[in-house]
Amino acid sequence: MERKVVIPGETICEGEDYLPGENTEKKEGKIVSLRYGLSEDQNGLIKVIPLSGVYSPRRGNVVIGKVENMNQNGWIVEINSAESAFLSVNEVPRYVNKDAMEEVFKIGDIVIAKIWSIGKRGIDLSLNGNDLGKINDGIIFKVNPNKVPRIIGKEGSMIKIIKENTKCDVSVGQNGFVLIEGENIESEVFAKKAINFVTENSFVSGLTEELTKWFGENKQ
Amino acid sequence: MVDKILTTFEPTGNRIKEYLKMGKRFDERGPLDFREITVEKDISNKAEGSVRVKIGKTEVIVGVKLGVSEPYPDSPNKGNLMVTAEMLPLSSPRFEPGPPRFESIELGRVTDRGLRESGFIDLEKLCIKEGEKVWTVFVDIYSINDDGNLMDASTLGSIIALKIAKMPVYDEKEKKVMYGEENGEIPLTKNLPIAVSVHKVGDSFIVDPSREEEDLSECRVTIANHNGTISSLQKSNSKELEIIEMKKVFEISNEVSKKLLKEVEKYIN
Repeated sequence: MERKVVIPGETICEGEDYLPGENTEKKEGKIVSLRYGLSEDQNGLIKVIPLSGVYSPRRGNVVIGKVENMNQNGWIVEINSAESAFLSVNEVPRYVNKDAMEEVFKIGDIVIAKIWSIGKRGIDLSLNGNDLGKINDGIIFKVNPNKVPRIIGKEGSMIKIIKENTKCDVSVGQNGFVLIEGENIESEVFAKKAINFVTENSFVSGLTEELTKWFGENKQ
Repeated sequence: MVDKILTTFEPTGNRIKEYLKMGKRFDERGPLDFREITVEKDISNKAEGSVRVKIGKTEVIVGVKLGVSEPYPDSPNKGNLMVTAEMLPLSSPRFEPGPPRFESIELGRVTDRGLRESGFIDLEKLCIKEGEKVWTVFVDIYSINDDGNLMDASTLGSIIALKIAKMPVYDEKEKKVMYGEENGEIPLTKNLPIAVSVHKVGDSFIVDPSREEEDLSECRVTIANHNGTISSLQKSNSKELEIIEMKKVFEISNEVSKKLLKEVEKYIN
């Protein structure tokens, strides 16, 4: 089945061969979309990748946020979701002097962190993992969080093309913030343009080829 | 979309400043280039003159309305001018509903001062009966999208809206304004007040900032000039300027306003 744009309530397909996945439900033998987005078939599992809406945090997501406040036990980080997230001192893989916590992160700092649990108390962040921590350099900008899967591509194919062509390090936070770090500012701005191209054309099928073509036309 | 993080991030800001030092901007403009300006005329049915001005993604609607009222005691033979600006919450996550904030009062005031002090509207011709009845010109500015530089967009919009506005007829016997009927244009002079805001970002001077650049702006000087004469000047934000820098600001605004004037003339003739 081909990818197509669906709206809430639209029947994606019929029959017993299909199972409802993310953002879909089964109604009288039909798979119906619950969101506005792109429908996708993964071996009989029908999914919808939403094209609009707010960011809903999930366990395991890597997010980029801003330190808004701190207390005795850690930092409160704003990640543009309904609830703000908490980064505990215990989840920072280094020694933290509790009397001088601003030496690690101060208010206004930008951090890249991972969501390790979502509970009744809120979202908990962790810095245990590769490439997590404070961001000192680079361009950070916002994209629609629903377009993040498109920027990353299938198994990271899209982001790989961008990285290879611009020689920049690109980190995509699931909450819609993108960090680009490169050798010089020109290449960073070029990478930003490439990502904007992807977000603007996120509804196009075969976007990886389109992007390769775009890189052919727009050289640095 | 809910956006809680409103300011531009510090690392991004440093990059923008570094890039500006090389004379380049993120959107490939030069420091003294404006984004594309588009103007749509007569978008409102009820207003005497209305425009939608877009500078890049920034969008404002300006409407001109005329009414009859009493003159102010200090100017019995002059019409009234009232400029109000509203920054609608729909245009940016930064704007909240409620009483006007500093920014929106400033926006209205600066636009008002440019129009008033340049003598763009011939207020004496708007007098119906001295000391008793005069026309009041209402200029209403609404922001639709804020992507930086609402200030210049609203001045631009109000000039064009005033230029295309039609005067309604005032019926002396009935003491009523006949809105359906047209009676020529609003009496205007040739003093077009073109406003240019010059921003200081880091050590560089730019015009027409995007949202990110406006966040970084340390100092803004809005200068409206008509035919090369300065009609109004407003300095905002906390940073100070040296005398040499101020001279540079004057030069920049003079130069850019000439380019802007050409853009405006496309729509008013």
